[in-house]
Amino acid sequence: MSADQTLAFDASCHIFTKCGFPAPGLHTFIYEPVATVAGFEINKPMLLALLGSVLIVGFFWAAFAKPKLVPGKLQMVGEAGYDFVRRGIVYEIIGKKDGEKYVPFMVSLFFFVWIMNLWSIIPLAQFPVTSLIAFPAGLALVVYVMWVGLTFKKHGFAGGWKNILGYDKSLGAILPLIMLLEFFSNLIIRPFTHAVRLFANMFAGHLLIVMFTLASWYLLNGVGIVYAGASFVMVLVMTAFELFIQAVQAYVFVLLACSYVQGALAEHH
Amino acid sequence: MNALLLAAAAEEQPPLIPHLDELVIGLIAFVIVFGFLAKKLLPNINKVLDERREAIEGGIEKAESAQIEAQSVLEQYKAQLAEARHEAARLRQEATEQGTAIIQEMRAEGQRQREDIIAAGHAQIEADRKSAATALRQDVGKLATDLAGKLVGESLEDHARQSRVIDRFLDELEERAVPTGAAR
Repeated sequence: MSADQTLAFDASCHIFTKCGFPAPGLHTFIYEPVATVAGFEINKPMLLALLGSVLIVGFFWAAFAKPKLVPGKLQMVGEAGYDFVRRGIVYEIIGKKDGEKYVPFMVSLFFFVWIMNLWSIIPLAQFPVTSLIAFPAGLALVVYVMWVGLTFKKHGFAGGWKNILGYDKSLGAILPLIMLLEFFSNLIIRPFTHAVRLFANMFAGHLLIVMFTLASWYLLNGVGIVYAGASFVMVLVMTAFELFIQAVQAYVFVLLACSYVQGALAEHH
Repeated sequence: MNALLLAAAAEEQPPLIPHLDELVIGLIAFVIVFGFLAKKLLPNINKVLDERREAIEGGIEKAESAQIEAQSVLEQYKAQLAEARHEAARLRQEATEQGTAIIQEMRAEGQRQREDIIAAGHAQIEADRKSAATALRQDVGKLATDLAGKLVGESLEDHARQSRVIDRFLDELEERAVPTGAAR
């Protein structure tokens, strides 16, 4: 594999060498398959996803496999993370009584999304798995199936529809319009925005980091070195910013999932 | 150019259309995490968290009962202390009263003894005076008869009459002395 293939751009290309800026774009998010396993064309994001899963399970295994009443350091960190999602998100949104059942799912979801985001700034990986729509879409689909299923399970067929469509007699003549709006908003737009919010944030963040990184390299010639320095500072700033955004997006994704489940369990409004 | 190849591939793969292989692998990856956490690890930690909460609650209960016990012991102790103080005060009071009584008794006794001694002294003096007066009377009588005998030239002692004369003389002297004493 040549340097060009690994880096996805021409490494010898610098400013003032009659070489255009190799701007990042959609192709930055395309990875050629490295292997084919059981019909799956495995590429780098998939490997990162699987490795991320192993790391999450590994961490929680080390922390919680043999938990102690007086926790060690690792267990304490694990408990803090677990408690953050349990109390900070699930209990807050769904409530302690109804929410307890969904804690394992939400905890898994949070750490999965977060670690997939975190790959963005891990050296050598340096790619947020969630910047590929397939990963957020899969998770959003699971959440979607879950809350729609819960709605009908809890309220029955008619009650479930009433719940989803926001049926309320007091609205009078505009009720059909509201129901139509709610139908689109809840059943069609909601899973889409749920997935795209995460995807787009990670996509944009990665694009920015790649752009400044490429620019730092590209400008590294003649007077351009000054600008390369500025660009590299931006890489550092964006990396720190991404670290924050990654956690926030994971939090938001789980928060929304909880709020959908809470809406499904609530009596129709 | 690899970049061009990738760019071409990008046109085939619009960013908002999920790649099926990635979708499946992503779900598999999530199921791995969810499976381990939901089936084993989180129930594990929940058990320990519950145990810990119980341990803490038990500790708190124990501490509370210990505190209640300490409180009751303290009250008991205070009551005992108050009782002891009361007892001490009572004893002191009693002792003071007894002391006063003893002092008064002693004083009365002293007074009585002093009076006895004085009275005994007076009686002694009176007795001495009486015996002295009697002795003096006899001596005076004897001296007077002796003197008279010498003057007359013969003994007057044997005559009872003589003694009566002397006694009469002395009585007269006394009678004379008494009115002068009374007048004085």
